[in-house]
Amino acid sequence: MLSRVAERVYWMSRYLERVESAARLVNVYGELLLDLPDDARLDWSVALQILGMEEAYRNDAGTEEELSFLLLSPDNIASVLNSLNFARENARTTRDIVPSEAWRAVNELHLYARDKLPSMVRRPGSRVPLKIIGRCQEITGILEGTMSHGPAYQFVCLGRSLERADMTSRMIDVAAAIMLTGREELELHSSTIWRAVLRSLSAYQMYRQYVRRRILGEDVIRFLLMDESFPRSIKCCIRSLEKSLQNLPRHENTAAPMNDVSRHLDSIDLDTATYETLHQFADELQVELADLHAAIFETWLNPMKVA
Amino acid sequence: MSKSKSIKIDWAGYDPGIAYDEMIDRPGIARNAGRGLAEQLASLSARQLSQRQLSAENAILETGITFTVYSEGQNIDRAWPFDIVPRTLERTEWERTEAGLKQRLRALNHFIHDMYHEQRMVKEGRFPREILESSKNFLPACVGANPAHQVWANICGSDLVRDKDGTIYVLEDNLRVPSGVSYMLENRSITKQVFPELFARQKIQPVDDYPAELFNMLVSLSPRPGDDPEVVVLTPGIYNSAYFEHSYLARRMGAELVEGSDLVVGDDDCVYMRAIEGLTRVDVIYSRINATFLDPEVFEKESLLGVPGLIRSWRAGKVAIANAPGTGVADDKVVYIYVPDMIRFYLDEEPILPNVPTYQCADPESLPFVLDNLPELVVKPANESGGYGMLVGPQSNRDEQNEFREIIRKNPRNYVAQPVITLSTVPTVIDRKLEPRHVDLRPFVLQGENLYVTPGGLTRVALRRGSLVVNSSQGGGSKDTWVVG
Repeated sequence: MLSRVAERVYWMSRYLERVESAARLVNVYGELLLDLPDDARLDWSVALQILGMEEAYRNDAGTEEELSFLLLSPDNIASVLNSLNFARENARTTRDIVPSEAWRAVNELHLYARDKLPSMVRRPGSRVPLKIIGRCQEITGILEGTMSHGPAYQFVCLGRSLERADMTSRMIDVAAAIMLTGREELELHSSTIWRAVLRSLSAYQMYRQYVRRRILGEDVIRFLLMDESFPRSIKCCIRSLEKSLQNLPRHENTAAPMNDVSRHLDSIDLDTATYETLHQFADELQVELADLHAAIFETWLNPMKVA
Repeated sequence: MSKSKSIKIDWAGYDPGIAYDEMIDRPGIARNAGRGLAEQLASLSARQLSQRQLSAENAILETGITFTVYSEGQNIDRAWPFDIVPRTLERTEWERTEAGLKQRLRALNHFIHDMYHEQRMVKEGRFPREILESSKNFLPACVGANPAHQVWANICGSDLVRDKDGTIYVLEDNLRVPSGVSYMLENRSITKQVFPELFARQKIQPVDDYPAELFNMLVSLSPRPGDDPEVVVLTPGIYNSAYFEHSYLARRMGAELVEGSDLVVGDDDCVYMRAIEGLTRVDVIYSRINATFLDPEVFEKESLLGVPGLIRSWRAGKVAIANAPGTGVADDKVVYIYVPDMIRFYLDEEPILPNVPTYQCADPESLPFVLDNLPELVVKPANESGGYGMLVGPQSNRDEQNEFREIIRKNPRNYVAQPVITLSTVPTVIDRKLEPRHVDLRPFVLQGENLYVTPGGLTRVALRRGSLVVNSSQGGGSKDTWVVG
């Protein structure tokens, strides 16, 4: 399988997961801002922080509003619309490999977003994010159900799981950072905030089913990091990554960085963790995930050694 | 006027005029090879005929058979224009044509090899040095190279035309990246759906072998002995007008479809493919990229399509490229004039298939004749394809002719002239009726260790009444081609 094709399919998947995550976040975050009183002083800049866009916003946004910057600014290379552009381009150039229904769905999602994102900026509470999430799930379903689970599909899974693990860790990171500020107003609304965190990862319902207690920060974090069955937990993302790596040829080079991620996750003692250690933990995890991506790139997407 | 839905095809009323019709000999009388088809068509009503044409068009849309036209700065994907009435050929006549095509390609390959080595034909005065020297496609970087079996043009699409007296001529030899074979294959597939009953009733030569024959020919070029050489199809990418064909052939052969950026030349001068399995050695490249874009180390430095070092690898014999770079020296309308001489010089045989009589404007004896007789001639640039930049005398007016005279005078070497050939015709579905339309034929000839010719080939049809221009980029369509018997 050509490296170029693997790379396109991998990134298509990463961008689609990124779009879905952003849509979930925006969907929940908008409601959260409405729920919290003004004295909580949370605004869209936190969402930008979670998505890693805050520096770009400070440098490039001019007078553009945060939500607009996040969703569709041409000055924001990581905006939802740009991510969809890249996803679409990757899908279009791998039409021989990826099921044609998936291409059609990606293309339609792109058209839909281009059409509707501006209205999402103007009307908080719009149903557009839910539609975007739904269409992303449709694409995931098409790929899982009609694409042979050969090497190309493994790259789809790798891209998605890496992006998902990264996003979950960012979410925890920022939540921990916010709670670190120690502001009383936020403490008061702690369960509202943590419920929002769960909902933005679509984890709320499963959390309630499996963790039958009040919503406490520690429990939410444990669930999102360690739960063995919830597909968006970092533990499950790691399982999925390991499985996909093993299904690819010459995966030995990725074993070490994969182990680093796995061991790091298991190393945290959630009983004694503070918001500070959590923040540090999440940072380090993201670095290790980046190292894993680098290993994937060197092994398969940019090979230098003769087979 | 009421719509007569049940009118049957009236062969007595079908009139090709002075042209030779491939199916019909005289009004109401079909030729041998066309008889079964003519009877079948005669049994259909206008409505049934039109329904079959429509179902063929739908099948094409669904299968996604397209071709790309550059128009007004955009690439437009058009559905492949196809007419359901096949063009028929007699098997015994075809066998002779086939022998003529093989002879021609063998001679051309001797010529090309000679031009990049001793240039015997020039030294012995049988081919003018000035023509070689003014050839745009002679590539100095290829001098002294030794492709497998000394064959440079592995795939050739020679266009054939039949004049009103029934003689088949070779109109030109397309040696660089001839295209159209995938449409030939798809046309047969569609026709089997439209007229399945005829395939049972008559012996029609199959064409499906082509991808296997192409693959075998490519394998025979491999520099590494062994059973499993790595064969790839090199494409400029999805924006190329023939991309559909590149992808189609790669799939049918089971070969990888690659772009320049997927390949890398190692320090060992071998070509490798960047794959998830690691760098994988490539033995044979079926290149659909023009030679001058193949290697930025040697040719166009700005080209992003090619592979740096590819020519180095090819010269070192580490990779085979089909068609070899440098083949274009023989893909020239002036060089064409000498092909019968090549057959005599290299093979010591008389040509089986004749050239269309051709006048070189560069020849001081021919130039006045051409300039005086423009209204009766077709004048073409030596190096263009697609039917552009030419003058069709009988269809032009005085102003166009005068303009063209000046163009010729400025650069006579670049133009050749031929008498207008009244191309043969084939019944074609026009508004629920069958009308004669002019056609040509492009068979594909393969040469590696052995030679192979496609039975029939791609028949291209000029869909506008009276038009002799068959190129798809200018409103032509195509038909299935049957060698019957």
